[in-house]
Amino acid sequence: MATAELKIASDTHHDEHDHEHHGNFWTNYVFSQDHKVIAKQFLITGIFWALIGGAMSVIFRLQLGFPNATVEWLKPLLGDWITADGKIDPEFYLALVTMHGTIMVFFVLTAGLSGTFSNYLIPLQIGARDMASGFMNMLSYWFFFVSSVIMFSSIFIETGPASGSWVIYPPLSALPQAMSGSGLGMTLWLASMALFIVSTLLGGINYITTVINMRTNGMSFSRLPLTIWAFFLTATIGLLSFPVLLSAALLLIFDRHFGTSFYLSEIYINGEALPNQGGSPILFQHLFWFLGHPEVYIVLLPALGITSEVISTNSRKPIFGYKAMIGSMIGISVLSFVVWAHHMFVTGMNPFLGSVFTLLTLVIAIPSAVKVFNYMTTLWGGNIKFTTGMLFSIGLVSFFISGGLTGLFVGNSAVDIQLHDTYFVVAHFHLVMGSATFFGLLAGVYHWFPKMFGRMMNEKLGYIHFWLSFAGVYLVFFPLHYIGIAGFPRRYYSFTNFNAFNDFTDLNMLVSIAAIITFGAQLIFVFNFFYSIFRGRLASLNPWGSNTLEWTTPRFPGHGNWPGEIPTVYRWPYDYSKPGAKEDFIMQNVPYSETPESNTPEENELIKLELSNDDLIIQAGEETPKKQNDQDNTQEHN
Amino acid sequence: MAAGIILVIGILIMMFRLEVLVDIVKRKSGKPGHSNKINAFLFMAFGIVGVVWILWYSWAEFDRYNLPLASKHGAETDELFWITTAITGVVFIITNILLFYFSFKYQHQEGKRAKFYPHNNKLELIWTVLPAIALAVLISKGLIVWGDIMEKAPDDAEVIEVMGYQFAWDVRYPGKDNSFGDYDFRLIDGSNLFGLDLEDDNSYDDFSALEIHIPKGKTVLVNIRARDVLHSFYLPHFRVKMDAVPGMQTHFKFEATKTTAEMRAELNDPEFNYELACAEICGRGHFSMRKIVVVDELEDYEKWKAQQKAWLKLNPDYLSKVPAAKREAAIIKAGITKEELNASL
Repeated sequence: MATAELKIASDTHHDEHDHEHHGNFWTNYVFSQDHKVIAKQFLITGIFWALIGGAMSVIFRLQLGFPNATVEWLKPLLGDWITADGKIDPEFYLALVTMHGTIMVFFVLTAGLSGTFSNYLIPLQIGARDMASGFMNMLSYWFFFVSSVIMFSSIFIETGPASGSWVIYPPLSALPQAMSGSGLGMTLWLASMALFIVSTLLGGINYITTVINMRTNGMSFSRLPLTIWAFFLTATIGLLSFPVLLSAALLLIFDRHFGTSFYLSEIYINGEALPNQGGSPILFQHLFWFLGHPEVYIVLLPALGITSEVISTNSRKPIFGYKAMIGSMIGISVLSFVVWAHHMFVTGMNPFLGSVFTLLTLVIAIPSAVKVFNYMTTLWGGNIKFTTGMLFSIGLVSFFISGGLTGLFVGNSAVDIQLHDTYFVVAHFHLVMGSATFFGLLAGVYHWFPKMFGRMMNEKLGYIHFWLSFAGVYLVFFPLHYIGIAGFPRRYYSFTNFNAFNDFTDLNMLVSIAAIITFGAQLIFVFNFFYSIFRGRLASLNPWGSNTLEWTTPRFPGHGNWPGEIPTVYRWPYDYSKPGAKEDFIMQNVPYSETPESNTPEENELIKLELSNDDLIIQAGEETPKKQNDQDNTQEHN
Repeated sequence: MAAGIILVIGILIMMFRLEVLVDIVKRKSGKPGHSNKINAFLFMAFGIVGVVWILWYSWAEFDRYNLPLASKHGAETDELFWITTAITGVVFIITNILLFYFSFKYQHQEGKRAKFYPHNNKLELIWTVLPAIALAVLISKGLIVWGDIMEKAPDDAEVIEVMGYQFAWDVRYPGKDNSFGDYDFRLIDGSNLFGLDLEDDNSYDDFSALEIHIPKGKTVLVNIRARDVLHSFYLPHFRVKMDAVPGMQTHFKFEATKTTAEMRAELNDPEFNYELACAEICGRGHFSMRKIVVVDELEDYEKWKAQQKAWLKLNPDYLSKVPAAKREAAIIKAGITKEELNASL
């Protein structure tokens, strides 16, 4: 009934003003239950975190690229973390690495990406007025907000934030006497992550429920845009794996504060033998990576979904192998749960397990390869418009190839012995997961900005942003492969202690300079983003000529999204450049009865169903999966 | 200076605004203009320059990033590494270049229609099967090599124990009796770093050393321990890595193929030393956990071992921890002389 009221409200006001008049500032912009506002809250919080996480990486890259330079000038910002001789404190270096990882993986690429686009696009693309539970959705953001506040405050405490790396392996993370970051900083990290997991679960339940229950008439699963498929699978993976991280964190909290020994055994530290016996640090690693590996796909899948949509739209071609894309995403989702121990080949785990996980890990390359080839075939024969979103999507595919292939090295246990915890791994996951996903996020922002804010982002600034970032990312991460092959271990404050690692100051300097430039390029984006919200060129209703339902909403969709009835869906989302069609795109809400010139015989059959009453339309929607199959086959023969 | 920066930023924003306004006047929105061609060209150029640069660097700087090899199993893992590099390298170049080429070739042209090509089962089957075959090769080879490396060490292997702690490594040899004495973490103190249990007869001749010595041409089994937090036993030149876990012993067996002297000659570097590093974050001094590893010819190694002094001999005051009944035997086994005994009393 709430939706009915909202509908009336937007009916009366939508053409007068940008936003609705009911509610006050607090309920409209702060504690809003509108999925679009919540999405923007996630996005802006994500951008805030990305800047912090990025700035941290620039600071530790200064140490790695210019180990002899003094960074006295950072003293006003970092205070006592700069040592007396003008260097970054080694422990603070580790804290920076840890916070960079935590922030980027969880706050930017999980909350910033899924939080923004699952929230924004699910109701708009499936044809729903809002999420299944607007209230839970609001809670999801505010749990994330509180989690952010706690994590942010941990940066400013005297003993420093958590510093045992983002994987927080005990005993290092369990013992405050092992490093100063394992004191209050770690406590705050765990508290923040616990709330973060609650936020993710609240969001995920909502995404899944909404996709299953609230699709508009005719929007069968086989007509869902790939974005929605990706968000749906992502939420499912998250729902199954995040609770395991929560349990891992809880047991760690018990070990830290209540004297249990889940992860601790036979420890002598700081001149004292601890009473803990019988625990296993390996147990934590299993629990952590049971989330940790699916997390990689929680991060990556939404980006792949966004890219599918953007590449198809701007190639003016249907995505190649729609069903194969869904199949490979399902394959990746399932496999993501049975590969976690490839992070643990050399932890002392039973070598037989190493064999099993090598096998399963390399299998995941097959669906990934299918996705890449399908993207490339989508480009083939296209009529490509290089919008900024499109540039970032192509960049994503390139990173996904380059970073994905090195997975065949580190996923193979025998090769991983040497490469494990070296810069090769850093290069691998920053390309395939970090940069690829980050580009997916940016592609999404550029592509859906006109819908989000009713204005266009500046294209020229977008191009500059893209080319600096694209070249920058490759210059940062490609050289790290060589450094990794040479055996340089990760998380080293400096390499001067070892003869084996005293080379490559030149490459490290190049990487650091590239990192600074890449970070600088993101400031162009931030300017473009905020400037365009207020002063950007006005957007037309469907600026990219896209097929999906969000482009049928008014320029500023109100609470409830469509002022009148929710559109009915008659076709799949990828009818681009269909032979015979008047324009090079046919939106999902256009019935086949209106496009006789481009219909296949099977589609002409469907017209009968369209013309009957509403009940039949619903039935048609439910029956379409099979029909869609037939239709695809005939298109191939044409 | 702050004012200067603000002024510069202000001017940049003004120029940007002006450019935007001119653009709006000049160009109809929605139609791809010149920039579309430029972007398409840049992709192609980026792909070519990138691939050429990578190939050139990989070729020219090979000796810098290729770490010299000194172990038997390392030859196998290196071979697998290079097979993987060959396969992925070819795929990397072809797919990236095609990606950029398609972007270039199929850039927007006015009046052109994209090809409606939603799927092709045959193509999709091909590129499911092809990667599967390549992967089958890599997996089977990988599993064989992994199996060999992780196989149980032969009974006559040279066994040593290495322990990591914040922030150093220590090594223990079993001594003449070839068996390690028991240890208990509760017995650890400032001198008894290993927590040697002096009630166990086997512990009396155990010895420690400043540098880790291992023989060439004989399998070495390393028992790996940690005392406080996780560490990782990493010998880059031997392609050896295994975590050191508190409360759980881990193992790695390998065979060195070149002595330190041979490697010095090969690299023409008289200063060269094999090094042990830590590869698992362990705290502030993670980056400084270095220990020198010396590979000797077998006979030199035996000679070196014979010269080493038992830990108990170097710490005779710990004799008081030896049960009285065993003390005489301990003194003999540890090789403690009368003078040393008197000095400690």
